[in-house]
Amino acid sequence: MSDVTLVEAVNMALAWEMAHDEDVVVLGEDVATNGGVFRATVGLKDRFGYKRVMDTPLAENLIAGTAVGMAVQGLKPVAEFQFMGFIYAGMDQIICHAARMRNRTRGRLHCPLVYRAPFGGGIHAPEHHSESTEALFAHIPGLRVVIPSSPQRAYGLLLASIRDPDPVIFLEPKRIYRAVTQAVDDNGEALPLDTCFTLREGDDVTLISWGASIMETLEAAVRLAEQGVSAEVIDVASISPLDRETLLCSVAKTGRAVIVHEACRNGGVGAEIAASLAEAAFLDLQAPIVRVTGYDTVMPYYRNEQAYLPQVADILHAVEQVIAL
Amino acid sequence: MKDRYDFHVDRVRYLDDHGVPLDTLPDLANHHDRLLAAYANMVLTRTFDNKVIALQRTGQCGTYPSVLGHEVIGTVIGQCMAKSDVLVPYYRDQAAQIQRGVTLTELLLYWGGDERGSAWAHCPQDLPIAVPIATQCCHAVGVASAMRIREQHRAVVCCLGDGASSKGDFLESVNLAGAWHLPVVFVASNNQWAISTPRSLQSGAETIAQKAISGGLPGHVVDGNDYFALTEVLTQALERARAGKGGAVIEAETYRLGDHTTADDATRYRSAEELKRAWEREGVKRMQNYLHQAGLWNAEKEQKLQSECKGFVETAVKAYLASEPEPPTAMMDFLFETLPAALQGQRERLAEKYRQGGVS
Repeated sequence: MSDVTLVEAVNMALAWEMAHDEDVVVLGEDVATNGGVFRATVGLKDRFGYKRVMDTPLAENLIAGTAVGMAVQGLKPVAEFQFMGFIYAGMDQIICHAARMRNRTRGRLHCPLVYRAPFGGGIHAPEHHSESTEALFAHIPGLRVVIPSSPQRAYGLLLASIRDPDPVIFLEPKRIYRAVTQAVDDNGEALPLDTCFTLREGDDVTLISWGASIMETLEAAVRLAEQGVSAEVIDVASISPLDRETLLCSVAKTGRAVIVHEACRNGGVGAEIAASLAEAAFLDLQAPIVRVTGYDTVMPYYRNEQAYLPQVADILHAVEQVIAL
Repeated sequence: MKDRYDFHVDRVRYLDDHGVPLDTLPDLANHHDRLLAAYANMVLTRTFDNKVIALQRTGQCGTYPSVLGHEVIGTVIGQCMAKSDVLVPYYRDQAAQIQRGVTLTELLLYWGGDERGSAWAHCPQDLPIAVPIATQCCHAVGVASAMRIREQHRAVVCCLGDGASSKGDFLESVNLAGAWHLPVVFVASNNQWAISTPRSLQSGAETIAQKAISGGLPGHVVDGNDYFALTEVLTQALERARAGKGGAVIEAETYRLGDHTTADDATRYRSAEELKRAWEREGVKRMQNYLHQAGLWNAEKEQKLQSECKGFVETAVKAYLASEPEPPTAMMDFLFETLPAALQGQRERLAEKYRQGGVS
């Protein structure tokens, strides 16, 4: 057991699975000798060879589609998009093929692949490097969308994603790639997909988030505890398919829900969660559901990115609203 | 002073427009059974094609892209591929698919709106047709990468049309095939028209084959209605690919004798005169003429073959028309290996609606 960062946990999971399953291959831009721009794949080429750790030409659509072709042959490709802002060139392949191959061939072919991409703001990155557009993928039937928010969950959920027989979009919150370290046992044990993780139990309000915003959400829960408010914190982790049961059970207990996400509000995953809670837990709710989100505008360039990102104070303010009601 | 690079794209032809050898034919000409099997597949494909169009016109099948003018190309692909190779087809490859083992009933199911039409039993690794144009090229290099990683002596044939040659998917895939020395042969059927867009507006490049050079692959232009020429070029390209010597692009020139699909009316954008000239060069008649001249064919054999093909097609049509649609719940049953708990409620509601007769 060693203390590792989230990005190191990603690397550990890749190495474990490559060592234990020769069908697992890694491809992407600069993933081999350079080990990826965030070093998520560092050391893999030396250990497993260029045949299984492949630098691709700079063409994201090609990366997405090549992974589909590898997967239908029974390989388990883990394809890296250097940043989420560049994944859009691959959307045709992801939506039209990876997500529907099993369905359109009635199970004859399927795509056991993972598309990894760092996402989210907060690291003073260039334009097009800081968006959170996970809702685009959550809208597509046939995809799993998984977002870890700690080193342990990065390790366990990536193992689960690689082993899953269907395509997984694995989005890594790069703001917390190296923000915290955590003891991770490199034992090959996966965590469950399609499941929320309750990070902190509480009775007065349910705080629902995922990705890097989990940090601010947990911090808000600590501050609330100091004020005598008991907040339950749930990391959604798998935003699609969505584990509504865990969310509903929590809200049945607390009667209040605040949803926190970096992505802009309109059509965000928070809207889906809020609608689900309103449909199924209306009588449990003692206050309207409140969302704390990014704004419905273009992600600002980095001088203003903190003004865009949900802050602890924003979450506390939202909780004040729902508690006061 | 500037350096200038000169590239060469060969153009291969063995038969004239009427099936008369222009030169000494390759050894293939002595393989009579293979020639006759090829012709039979061309006739079967054309018979099937006519029937599907008739079914569409009478409301018994959905929108369908006629294969008329592509029978030789598909037949050659089907014959040249080994069973262990993988076909990555586009939507006008019925002649190749039939030879790979896709049944006529499966083809009818597909164009008749039923996903089971891509659940092929006899060529389980071949890709389903890719509807978004050229996207299959990326799958082809992925499949070829898997073969290379596993050091298998197999190859991929990736089919596309002239319109697809304009898309990044094709160019990116040719580029990767060159960079990674992948065992993939792209066969671009240049039928001169992408719906209503003529080849001249598709690209300023003189040939599609020369786009191979951008990725470091050899490119060949072949008369796609010349069975001998295409067989020779494709056989050599596949042998090279299986031997680890890399891929190729073959531009097979033909003409789309039908409409783009049953939803199209080609008289809106091309002349009767052009179509008439294309019919004079078409490949099935050319093959028949050759077989006649070689003493391998006669009117009696032709009549027997036509009758057999009609019989095969009728049997397949009967099976297709007698088939029941899948229950609506099938739309959720193949999305994932196991339906996630989050979707089970939706499936139950769909099943309940169906039980109550809500879907008819």
